[in-house]
Amino acid sequence: MKIFDGFKFTKIDSPIHRLDPRAKLFMLLTIFSLSILFMNLLVLTALFLLQLPMVVIAKSTRRWISSMRGGIFLAGLIFFANSLTGQTLTFSLTMMIRFLVLISSFSFFFMTTSPDDLGLALEQMRIPYSLCFTFTTAVRLVPTMAIEAQTIMDAQRARGLELDKGNLLKRIRNYIPILIPLIVLAIKRSIELAEALESRAFNTSGKRQSYIVLKLNSLDFIVISLAMLFLILGVYAYLNLSIPSLETNFRLADLLPW
Amino acid sequence: MIEVQSLDFTYPNGKKVFQGVDLQIEEGEYIAIMGENGAGKTTLVKHFNGLLRPTSGDVIIDGINTKESSVASLSKKVGLVFQNPEHQLFCETVKEEILFSLRNFGFSDRVANKQKDKVLEILSLTRYEDVSPFTLSGGEKKRLALASILAWDPKYVVLDEPTIGQDNDQKIKLGNFIKQLVAQDKTVIIVTHDVEFVADTKPKIILFSKGEIVAQDKCVNILTDKKLLHKTSLLMPQIGELMLSFPNLKTKEKIIDVFTARSFLRKELKK
Repeated sequence: MKIFDGFKFTKIDSPIHRLDPRAKLFMLLTIFSLSILFMNLLVLTALFLLQLPMVVIAKSTRRWISSMRGGIFLAGLIFFANSLTGQTLTFSLTMMIRFLVLISSFSFFFMTTSPDDLGLALEQMRIPYSLCFTFTTAVRLVPTMAIEAQTIMDAQRARGLELDKGNLLKRIRNYIPILIPLIVLAIKRSIELAEALESRAFNTSGKRQSYIVLKLNSLDFIVISLAMLFLILGVYAYLNLSIPSLETNFRLADLLPW
Repeated sequence: MIEVQSLDFTYPNGKKVFQGVDLQIEEGEYIAIMGENGAGKTTLVKHFNGLLRPTSGDVIIDGINTKESSVASLSKKVGLVFQNPEHQLFCETVKEEILFSLRNFGFSDRVANKQKDKVLEILSLTRYEDVSPFTLSGGEKKRLALASILAWDPKYVVLDEPTIGQDNDQKIKLGNFIKQLVAQDKTVIIVTHDVEFVADTKPKIILFSKGEIVAQDKCVNILTDKKLLHKTSLLMPQIGELMLSFPNLKTKEKIIDVFTARSFLRKELKK
């Protein structure tokens, strides 16, 4: 469950933590858009590597590594699923790196942005309060669900379930006894939360006001401008430039006996 | 026998729980592990089936060091019933829920079905055999969780907060059931805050506070020691409190449960 540590906010004094959540959100959306736009191994690798200095500046290297370590299993799964279904080696690697870019960027964003600030930023972006609340509550519940998942794993292991036993398919199936209680509990909790909110007259008042008003400072503007420039250059390069690729026709599936 | 030797345990996040805990639980004993929230009770019992491994020191179950054995093989000896049954229910029917663990432990279908029928009957769940576990009441789910552990007949039965969410009738049934298990020479360990249940069922108490054992003794001695109870945020059972408020009543042993109090008072009134 260490993967979830990489999505949990911890208060640290770093330039990245001090950035306005909107600047970080814009940065995240830029990386997200470019990683979806490009299907090129070199570009996606560059996008991945680009995040490393930011992780170091944010003093969050250890937690980022633990979230990546958790993500590597799923990335490997994506690689094998693509390889086994007859995709080329380059394509499988590209899909895997794209997944890692996404995991890394979201982990970086949630590690360095407090759910309260994020909610405030969304509100100030004129997003309806009920949506902001839903989003920030979901973010806040991630660590709780991680603890719950660990307890469920313990409970099932105490009943003789061996998660690491068997071939890949069996190992995936081993997670069913973990996922079902986790989903059932999440649904139950959300219903209870909704009832508790309604009984406390949630969202019945008129316009909401906030004591704290977020203000973009010069560093935020620099970050937003750089991200915007990066996005424009990326879209321009995608449309007009031919970017070298490492395309090969080698398929792992060809090595298989069937 | 369960032996805990110089147990130190620190969670990966750096939270230190135990430092040099020593403990022995003999076969056939009935033990209640008590203490304030965060005292380390659940952390301790998770060491018994290897879910947690000591940072240093040893936990030895029938001569097997938990560091050298898998959770699955230790669980065959030590059945741990978790506090919240919802953490383990996932099958379509009650029957399947019980068969799940039996299949994991490699029981043949014939033996598994036999065991399943046996535990369903013992825990009055036979009529729910083909029902979805998610439709059961809280108490029934708790019984199902217990049944799914007892199905493989572990030598040591560990129950984490077994009385939470149980009505009085269920508590009485649970108490009787524990007595039956002890009579069958099983070692039963409960983790609980429920002093009234402990006073009624009279286990030996191991009292924890801040990761240390502060006392282990007969329950009547611990549950009437105000200092110890205060230290571990526990309350004296109501009958114990009542009897202590009449110092003129001379009893052989301090009284903490209603049955003993009733027979004692009857005798006194006859006099």
